[in-house]
Amino acid sequence: MVSVEAIGPEPNDAMATGALRTFLRQFRNNRTGILGAFLVVLIAATAVFAPLLVTHDPIRIMVGPRLAAPSLDYLLGTDQLGRDTFSRIIMGGRIPLLVAFASLGSSLAVGVVLGLIAGFGPRWLDNLLLLIFDTIRSFPGIIFALAIIALLGPSLGSIIFVIAITSMPIYARLVRTQAQALLGSEYIAAERSLGAGMTRILGVHVLPNVIGPLLILVSMDVPAVIAVEAGLSFLGMGVRPPTPDWGATLNDGYSYINQTPWLVIASGIPIVLATLGFTFLGEALRDIFDPTLRKDL
Amino acid sequence: MWLYLVKRIILAIANIAIAVTFLFLMIRAVPGDPAAVLLGTRATPEMKAQLHEQMGLDKPFIVQIATFFGGLLHGDLGFDVFSQRAVADIVFEQLPYTLELILVSILWAVLVAVPLGCYSAMRRNSLVDQVAGVVTVATIAIPSFVVAVYALLIFAVTLRWLPAIGVGIGFWDGLIYLILPAFAIGIGWVGYISRLVRASMLEILGENHIRMARSFGISEWRIIARYALPLAILPTVTILGVGIAWLLSSAVFIEVVFARPGIGTLIVNAVNTRNYPIVMGVVLVTTFLIVAATTLSDVVNAFLDPRTREKLGHGKR
Repeated sequence: MVSVEAIGPEPNDAMATGALRTFLRQFRNNRTGILGAFLVVLIAATAVFAPLLVTHDPIRIMVGPRLAAPSLDYLLGTDQLGRDTFSRIIMGGRIPLLVAFASLGSSLAVGVVLGLIAGFGPRWLDNLLLLIFDTIRSFPGIIFALAIIALLGPSLGSIIFVIAITSMPIYARLVRTQAQALLGSEYIAAERSLGAGMTRILGVHVLPNVIGPLLILVSMDVPAVIAVEAGLSFLGMGVRPPTPDWGATLNDGYSYINQTPWLVIASGIPIVLATLGFTFLGEALRDIFDPTLRKDL
Repeated sequence: MWLYLVKRIILAIANIAIAVTFLFLMIRAVPGDPAAVLLGTRATPEMKAQLHEQMGLDKPFIVQIATFFGGLLHGDLGFDVFSQRAVADIVFEQLPYTLELILVSILWAVLVAVPLGCYSAMRRNSLVDQVAGVVTVATIAIPSFVVAVYALLIFAVTLRWLPAIGVGIGFWDGLIYLILPAFAIGIGWVGYISRLVRASMLEILGENHIRMARSFGISEWRIIARYALPLAILPTVTILGVGIAWLLSSAVFIEVVFARPGIGTLIVNAVNTRNYPIVMGVVLVTTFLIVAATTLSDVVNAFLDPRTREKLGHGKR
């Protein structure tokens, strides 16, 4: 069995450290990638340590005057209910990250399973699944999300559900393509002739091969998820008040835009930094690992 | 080519059929009685029964779905009990505002992005190319509603250069009201399209027939305009077909931010009032638009580039 192990493309330890070194060297030369990684770490750390960083209770009203400009007491000013904007922005970063994690995680799980079924299953099932993937992609983004929210009610759960459904096809397609390519390859035929079962082929050959590109796709979907969550909360269709959230604060700022610019400024910038950070990082990872990714999807 | 066309249209019809079935099941999956939800708490049993009959809820499931499909084929999207009007009338009344907005947005984006992409490809690694490289990623990443609110804050509220909300009266006035909304939607597309044009331009400029043209001493601009651009623009055509889904999504936000009429404002209001027939009407019409646009762009692409025709085989598209 030892010789069979060596046929497959799975990396051993020496290769892995070499690959890591190459990756780090390439990443060092990618300036926007470094900026992206920095922003992502900054945002993630802020979200994790948010309770330690806030200066006021983010949901208590009238901790200060209404719609105040930034000051030493209220670093980013206050909102229309006299809540501290800085504390709300710091805590608000948790929601988009949570939504991204939950939605893309479940999307990935479903996508991998459906992709494997399409790739290894009978042809009619494959065609049916492809048709369903195509159909999901023809649903009109935010408008479809709004329809789901109309039916399920506005909540983070609805948003997670919509994103999980609509981002699934691209993962499933990737797994399916990879599975079919492997099915036709000679080393899988050799493996099979040695009596390897489906679980071994899936676990040892298909999944390790597909996990890298999948994670890159996921990382490139994160900014879109952050934008969708913030956007739907901006429309009042996401988090319920008084939960602090960037999109919800942007909506507050929009409503009082004639009285104060600070709410809009304070809530827009973290959305921009988060989407930029994850985009730069995702693009850098793709450029290094798999520049051709997404072309055939 | 004809075979491809037929195959592609059958696929599109299958897509729409599955989408419609899915949406139909979704409406029926709402917990509780849709008629009771629509009529609110003051509904009498007689009113409910009447609405049940109107919506066909008293008939067996299979009859309901058949009636639903049949109605769609006649352009019947259902009936709005609030305004006592056909859903189709309401949606198609608002659709032109949205189409106008996304057309103007994509038009200015293409007009800026194509020359920018060509220039970046010709002067590769120049300062313009490098700056454009970073800025374009940034414009793609930043959500359009954030751009919209910031543009509103800067140009309408603070500087008071441009009108903030509404659509204006007449053509020229309307165009002025379109500046900020179209900017907010289009800016990301400038980045996206210029990157696409740059990438495909670089690929084509390396090919033999371009080197041949160069060796004949044809000027660089003429090579770009006459020989390279018609090929380099192909991916953009495909993207525009797929992109209508994104354009419609950003239009929803932009219409709300700038208080413009359109299907975005329509569906957001309908969701807030739980007006399911309108919500579903908007989803159906936009899904149809998207399938039509992707099909059209695939066909145009196949017509322009014969290689893509082969790809509609098993699972490769």
